Amino acid sequence: MSRRAGTSKNADRVLSLHGLVVFAFLYVPIGLLVFFSFSDSASLNVWGGWSLRWYRRMFDNGPLLTSIRNSVVVALVSTVVSTVLGTAAAIALERYRRWLGKRTFDALLYLPVIIPDVTMGVMLLMWFTTIGWRLSLTTIILSHIAFNISFVAIVVRARLAGLDPALEEAAMDLYADRWRAFRRVTLPLIAPGIAGGALLALTLSLDDVVITSLVQGPGSTTLPVFVFGLIKRQVTPEINAVSTVMLVASIVLVFGSLAFQRRKSDSVQ
Amino acid sequence: MVRGRRLLLVAAVVAIVAAACGGGGSELQAKADACKVDEVDGDLSLYNWSEYIDPELVEKFKATYGVEVTETFFESNESMLAQVEAGGAVYDLVVPSDYMVDIMRQEGLLVKLNREAIPNLANLDPKFTNLPFDPGNEYSAPYLWGTTGIGFSYDVVDDAADLTWGLIFDPELSAPFAGKISLLDDEREVFAAALKYLGYSVNSKDEKELQEATELLKAAKDRVATFTSDSFEDLLVAGEVVIAHGWNGDFFSAFDEADAWEELGYGIPKEGGVAWVDNMAIPTTAEHVCTAQTFINFILDPENGAQLAEWNYYASPNAKANELIDPEMLSDPAVYPPPEVFEKLEFLEDLGDFATKYADAFTEVKS
Repeated sequence: MSRRAGTSKNADRVLSLHGLVVFAFLYVPIGLLVFFSFSDSASLNVWGGWSLRWYRRMFDNGPLLTSIRNSVVVALVSTVVSTVLGTAAAIALERYRRWLGKRTFDALLYLPVIIPDVTMGVMLLMWFTTIGWRLSLTTIILSHIAFNISFVAIVVRARLAGLDPALEEAAMDLYADRWRAFRRVTLPLIAPGIAGGALLALTLSLDDVVITSLVQGPGSTTLPVFVFGLIKRQVTPEINAVSTVMLVASIVLVFGSLAFQRRKSDSVQ
Repeated sequence: MVRGRRLLLVAAVVAIVAAACGGGGSELQAKADACKVDEVDGDLSLYNWSEYIDPELVEKFKATYGVEVTETFFESNESMLAQVEAGGAVYDLVVPSDYMVDIMRQEGLLVKLNREAIPNLANLDPKFTNLPFDPGNEYSAPYLWGTTGIGFSYDVVDDAADLTWGLIFDPELSAPFAGKISLLDDEREVFAAALKYLGYSVNSKDEKELQEATELLKAAKDRVATFTSDSFEDLLVAGEVVIAHGWNGDFFSAFDEADAWEELGYGIPKEGGVAWVDNMAIPTTAEHVCTAQTFINFILDPENGAQLAEWNYYASPNAKANELIDPEMLSDPAVYPPPEVFEKLEFLEDLGDFATKYADAFTEVKS
């Protein structure tokens, strides 16, 4: 008995140590990035004393600010649209058992997840020019929606699959129509999946270089493409400053949505 | 300068796109041929690398000619090529690297320059007016140029004149700093270093020479700490490597900012190295060809050319501009190599199908 308790104590210790290591692995680099954004030195890994010069330079850098604005617009619009469409696709595939072309649609939906970015980028570029569209911020947004739908659908579907259809049937037995059952029962239950999918979409959109660099138009360069384009010059902590600002913005966003959800669930109870 | 994804992208794009482009080229050419000096026919859409032009120069161009400038940025020559090939966006002027000018020129994606509209072409240093990727500067005008060499710590090398690729490839010479060497993550650049050490051309299409270079690199790999194209200068400044293979401009801004000119240096090994040139060219996606040519003329103006070079700390190909450049920068052999070193520099040329052999060999070396 005591021996067993001993082992489980050891296992606990190992597990929490492992947890700490994983957290350190994830957050130490981010901490360093933030730390060096306040460095007076131009090197990414040599400390030069406290300074806000990189933040000042960032706010003076017109092309950089334009690229940040482009990135934010693309990320927000593509996330909202792809979350709605991706969720709808997930429900169609998971809740409606038989419809024409379902299998094909199912297979095609996963394609953007599997094919390499380069291929997807070239395909989209060819598509836009074939139908005679001018490349612009709009083509970037459409491209991001195109690959984000799949990711959102996969995440939401996983949540839906673990959900007992009997809950909706029960709602309808109690005279809820389809829309009410969805709105009052299904949607609240899959909300965490939708939120997860939306955050994934936001991240993927803010990150994308390859596809964006192929479908961008005049004046619509996004932040990651701009950063990768800096290879002619030394990359300075100005990029750390930008990342820190984006980091703070996304933390505010995440905590804001969490607080919103909590308040809502409190009011329901 | 990043050629990592080059083959994949070029192959994909060329295969799919080849049939898609067409027409309009000759009309655009006629328009370009009719332009006059300082003529503008609309706003300028400039497609360039990020932060590769002094913002004040852009402002000056806008004010002088009364046009707007829309700046778009690319992160590799290949994505720029793909966009120009597909032709879905208006770019009046692009800034491709040397080998990419060759590719674009041969695929008919560039408009010939009208020399009468760009009288400042005469300001160019004759060394840069007849380069293999665009003989006679028919399609492009050089923008800035630089070299690939070795950044080093004075702890291990006393004088830049003593530099040799043997510091990386000779087992005895490099033994003292094994594990403190970095190489570029770029197949052509890495093989150029090995080929130069062996006394061959960096554009070798000889399988036996390539094989020899591959063996040399495999043997040296144990002493190499990392293959990197974007942090070699930081590794050197931080002291994590003492011999770093890289591009001159990146080293200089790092040395400048870290105030490390006393401890660190850059030079071209005595066997020779690689020179690169970025160029201004008008792609077939252009709409405002006169404005574009006026912009080329504007950059080739001595004063503007000097400002561009000083802002980037890269060498100018403009002989008249060089007369105005800060003498200290001009006498820096690391920016402006002396004639005897310049002679030993080679430009990387497009190797056509043979390029895949380099890519395969590089994969073999790294695996």
